[in-house]
Amino acid sequence: MGRYVIRRLLQMVPVFLGTTFLIFIMVYALGDPVLAFFGDRTPDDATLAAKRHELGLDKPMWEQYVTYMGNVFTGDFGTAFNGQKVTELMGHAFPITIRLTLVAITIEIVFGVGLGLLAGLRRGRIADSSTLIFTLIVISIPTFVTGYLLQYFLAVEWKVIDPAVSADANFSELIVPGFVLAGVSLAYVTRLTRTSIVENLRADYLRTAVAKGLPRRRVITVHLLRNSLIPVVTHLGTDLGLLMGGALVTERIFNIQGVGFQLWNGVLRQNSQTVVGFVTILVLIFLLANLLVDLLYAVLDPRIRYA
Amino acid sequence: MPDQIEKTTPDPVGAAGAITDAAVTGAATAAPKREKARSLGSDAWYDLRRNPVFVISALLILFLVVVSIWPGLFSSTSPNDCDITKSRHTAESGHPFGYNLQGCDVYARTVYGARASVTVGVCVTVGVALLGGILGGLAGFFGGWWDSILSRITDIFFGIPILLGGLVFLSVINSRSIWVVMGFMIALAWPQISRIARGSVISAKQQDYVQAARALGAGTGRIMLRHILPNAVAPVIVVATIALGTFVSLEATLSFLGVGLEAPTVSWGMDISTAAVQYRNAPHMLLYPAGALSITVLAFIMLGDAVRDALDPKLR
Amino acid sequence: MSMLTKTGDASSRGGAGESSTAPLLEVRDLHVEFHTRDGVAKAVNGVTYDVSAGETLAVLGESGSGKSVTAQAIMGILDMPPGKISQGEILFRGRDMLRMSGEERRKIRGQKIAMIFQDALSALNPVLSVGYQLGEMFRVHQGASRKEAKAKAIELMDRVRIPAARQRVGDFPHQFSGGMRQRIMIAMALALEPDLIIADEPTTALDVTVQAQVMELLAELQNEYQMGLILITHDLGVVADVADKIAVMYAGRIVETAPVQDIYRRPAHPYTKGLLESIPRLDRKGQELYAIKGLPPNLLHIPPGCAFNPRCPRAQDVCRADVPPLHPVTEQDGTELPGRGSACHFWKETLDA
Repeated sequence: MGRYVIRRLLQMVPVFLGTTFLIFIMVYALGDPVLAFFGDRTPDDATLAAKRHELGLDKPMWEQYVTYMGNVFTGDFGTAFNGQKVTELMGHAFPITIRLTLVAITIEIVFGVGLGLLAGLRRGRIADSSTLIFTLIVISIPTFVTGYLLQYFLAVEWKVIDPAVSADANFSELIVPGFVLAGVSLAYVTRLTRTSIVENLRADYLRTAVAKGLPRRRVITVHLLRNSLIPVVTHLGTDLGLLMGGALVTERIFNIQGVGFQLWNGVLRQNSQTVVGFVTILVLIFLLANLLVDLLYAVLDPRIRYA
Repeated sequence: MPDQIEKTTPDPVGAAGAITDAAVTGAATAAPKREKARSLGSDAWYDLRRNPVFVISALLILFLVVVSIWPGLFSSTSPNDCDITKSRHTAESGHPFGYNLQGCDVYARTVYGARASVTVGVCVTVGVALLGGILGGLAGFFGGWWDSILSRITDIFFGIPILLGGLVFLSVINSRSIWVVMGFMIALAWPQISRIARGSVISAKQQDYVQAARALGAGTGRIMLRHILPNAVAPVIVVATIALGTFVSLEATLSFLGVGLEAPTVSWGMDISTAAVQYRNAPHMLLYPAGALSITVLAFIMLGDAVRDALDPKLR
Repeated sequence: MSMLTKTGDASSRGGAGESSTAPLLEVRDLHVEFHTRDGVAKAVNGVTYDVSAGETLAVLGESGSGKSVTAQAIMGILDMPPGKISQGEILFRGRDMLRMSGEERRKIRGQKIAMIFQDALSALNPVLSVGYQLGEMFRVHQGASRKEAKAKAIELMDRVRIPAARQRVGDFPHQFSGGMRQRIMIAMALALEPDLIIADEPTTALDVTVQAQVMELLAELQNEYQMGLILITHDLGVVADVADKIAVMYAGRIVETAPVQDIYRRPAHPYTKGLLESIPRLDRKGQELYAIKGLPPNLLHIPPGCAFNPRCPRAQDVCRADVPPLHPVTEQDGTELPGRGSACHFWKETLDA
């Protein structure tokens, strides 16, 4: 296991470098970070060139990338448009987004697995069909629509919540945004759980469990759920990485000052340092989440052994 | 249903599935022999025609396709013919959905918006299925260093969450035509299909009938086309059809974030984005395009569901 | 072990409770159907058989003959729907299990009647250790603690002669060989020393050499605990060594019943005869091997009359019209042959052929 983790971590290095390089090229090659420094003023060519030289932007792309990555490894992510350190922005933004993601994942587990189990055990009956219809609807309505609808009814019409989340972003404030963020994924977790339950209900070992005279509750919790949740857990792992990126939309709707918000600002102001920095961290989280998924797989399913 | 077990469904799980199948014949001793052998394709088509979900979604999609090809049939008003003095006005005669912020007719914009969504959904799906299917299939078929390189490339692209990538990449492109947006979506979405195609080709390759064909002296090309392709293509079709709906939704989300389609193209996502600023006073501007978008995504998701049920009966 | 003395006495039926002469288990006129998209498949069409303590009944038949479905109905693990028991009784110690509450049936399963499945790899839960799965029996039915359960699991594994039981108790099913896995299945069935064991093709998935070992073990343990055993198989060779009596099934019906030796000497049904003749034999070396022509019937459309008629060399018009009942089989002079029956209009002719 230990050797496998090390091998996987080593494999991650080229993928991480490849992905970040791709992003680096896109941001630096297509955008012009220098122009952004001057805001609305249009500087003359000499000033531009001087600024480029100062920032090392006249060097070849790969050299700039190496310099950047070198800085990143010493903890220097550069400076944001307002003169703050990018790391400082991260320090504010990531805890908020992590809280939001945790809320969303919890919602997914509780409601997704619960509904999926219910539907799977009552396959073909009303509870199953209504769950299926519910998930179809949730998947079909894009996140930003759900977000605005919930905000409109809960905050504007019924005044249950505040339309915008405060700068602190407590857990209680994040419940409604958490639902919005979890929405589509929640529906997928529900369907995945249902499918997995239905498939395992047919398995021979479940028949054995019944033939052993085990009570229904035990058959379901020990034999059915334990096996059925393996694909669900791995999906949740992958989701962890995706949700942090997906928080872009939710954070914008509820004005949450997390990662998505900062990234959005970085893009608007064409601040390459902010954008590349945040994306680099998000990619790293995504890759680590995928590694975690593979390891979880081995823990949950003894048939899989990594050498 | 016990009769499923008798079917010669290709098994994406591979050898492990074969063991289970043998084991369940005990339970299936009662299973009737089929009157005549049905192929997976004809069986799937039989299932589809009888599936109300498929019929409803197919009719909806047909309607959407007609609307997107001939929007003029449904609206005589031009979507870009706006009168700023009517900004945020509600419904009136001839303009059933009212006006939006710029005073454009919401009904006309809702009708004309179908084109972008349907085009993006269909083209991206086809593009992703082709690109991902071919790359993944080749990696799975040839294995070795081919596989290693292609898999690493897949990983690199897979490592960029698509919404994040959209925000970063598309924001730096100055004029985004529908082709640029679709190209971008294909470029970031193919790894998902590629991984599935690779997996199903590898499991098909290990099936006994492929070994048998090889033992009988069939050439590489023949094995690929006649034995592996038909059996590996089903999972790709299933995943691609399900993804179709999410691509429609993704385009709208990108447009909503301001990094998707641009005027003069009419896009529901863009309209929702502009409506969102003022929706508390004039919710109709938001509701109609949002409703149309949701119904479109729903139709495609339902289609994907029906296709999956038909092609992969194990999941029912 | 004398074969005939242990043969269940068909005349002593009735709800006599736990009297020593009453059979342990009686299946009476059982009908099972499956409702499928293509119609109703009649899997079991009036099966009647019984087993007493210490007795081994072999149920013989091709796949699709309804032998496993009958077993699943007894065990209460039939998938319903699509399956449905449309008629019949299953008496365990004189009580109809089909009328018991779910909880009553559950307590019988595992404790009184246990089942051994064909493919131990898929019948054992892949993500739980074998020790856990064995110990579960004691924990659920006897309220044993984790520690006690583990100790008993090791004991059981020793009992079925799994080497190094103590070290392997925490291993998972996929880490055992096919024969060892089947031993674990047997151990699980034996755990609570049930009255009756149903073994559904217990050796089909194993190598021939391992088959014999597993069958021997099963017969030995059955003898030791004086359990009833229903052995479901399609292998005539397995049957001869261990069974006391045989029921041959075809298209969901019993077509012949007999004490085990009699059936090999003098079959009274053309189907049984065909089965016996299709076994390769050294003394007939060089001759062409007999094969029953045709295919097993489609259970959606069982032929009218005797279901075997399209494949039967003896078939006459009456076979295409009337369903033959299970006739008691006698000698030509009318001497009764105990335990024998044949569902053939021409059983006499077949017996003497």
